[in-house]
Amino acid sequence: MASTLINVPPKAKRGDIIEIKTLTSHIMETGFRRTAAGDLIPRNIITSFSCRYNGNEIFRADFFPAISANPYVSFFTIAKESGKFEFEWTGDNGFSTTASASIMVE
Amino acid sequence: MKSSRAIALALTLFSTSSLAGEIPDSERRSGYGFMGPDTRAIQDDDTSNPGMLFVLDGETLWNQKLGAAGKACSDCHGEATESMKGVAARYPAFDKALGRPVTLEQRINLERTERQQAPALAYESRDLLALSAYVANQSRGMPITTGDDPALKPFVEQGRALFMQREGQLNLACTNCHNDSFDKKLAGSPVTQAQPTGYPEYRLEWQTLGSLERRLRSCITGVRAQAPDFGAPELVALELYLMSRAHGMKVETPAVRP
Repeated sequence: MASTLINVPPKAKRGDIIEIKTLTSHIMETGFRRTAAGDLIPRNIITSFSCRYNGNEIFRADFFPAISANPYVSFFTIAKESGKFEFEWTGDNGFSTTASASIMVE
Repeated sequence: MKSSRAIALALTLFSTSSLAGEIPDSERRSGYGFMGPDTRAIQDDDTSNPGMLFVLDGETLWNQKLGAAGKACSDCHGEATESMKGVAARYPAFDKALGRPVTLEQRINLERTERQQAPALAYESRDLLALSAYVANQSRGMPITTGDDPALKPFVEQGRALFMQREGQLNLACTNCHNDSFDKKLAGSPVTQAQPTGYPEYRLEWQTLGSLERRLRSCITGVRAQAPDFGAPELVALELYLMSRAHGMKVETPAVRP
């Protein structure tokens, strides 16, 4: 299960600066820890996050082992037109999850 | 880290000359009241509260058919938003068949093994935390009513005795910090009143959701005593006492704590 929580304002005026907040569930295992028996726990993190606004990429971030579990990312963009934000997280062991949210721009 | 905290705590306590005793109802504060504005902001917004990820997972599990009976929680209980309202606010509750109190986690596992005929979930497993968070979230904002059942009285008393009992190499009781020394600092962090209003809660230190029993076990280990196993009668009694001590305070599940 990979749940996500997205917070995009449902409505905005054209030209408004809007904040987008995202949260996704992931353990973000660093790859530096060991078990009680001394074996290395393999790295298991999200490596990339991206956001597209009506198909155009407007935000991208690379993630590294120092990022905490269940990463929270917030960023700003300008409301240009009504449409859809699409979010994608990819990571180790073929991890991939997506989410989307709509906005009405007046 | 743990031991330096414990030493600092011991020093604080030795310098305390008089013991204040129990906290009057009007002066009770949940851990929320001890947090900084940044941590409060994480809890206040459901789209930034990572505990809500578990609540979402719990909703999925609620509707999932499983076990030999092939039933989902929702097949008997319907919509949790209706049927589970106020349920977590009265747990741990007395189980007549067992003749002892059971925690919300134990109740979920009893339902699984008896009604759904599915294997019990391990303590602190993601699924058990998700289900208990989903159920407890339905009581958010409602006052805690644990301990109203007269059958619980001897168990509340047992929990209270444990709360007052010094133990471990540091020879500390829960009350020494949480009744007598709250608002003081322990290694830079505030000592709270131990009001269990938001369990299971998301601790930033844990980077995950955890139960009250996990919290109790880490406190017990902190005073260098032997922590009882998850589900042990001592932990259930302590949980019951703490919830009845917070009687009337509002449920916050899923709370966020540092």
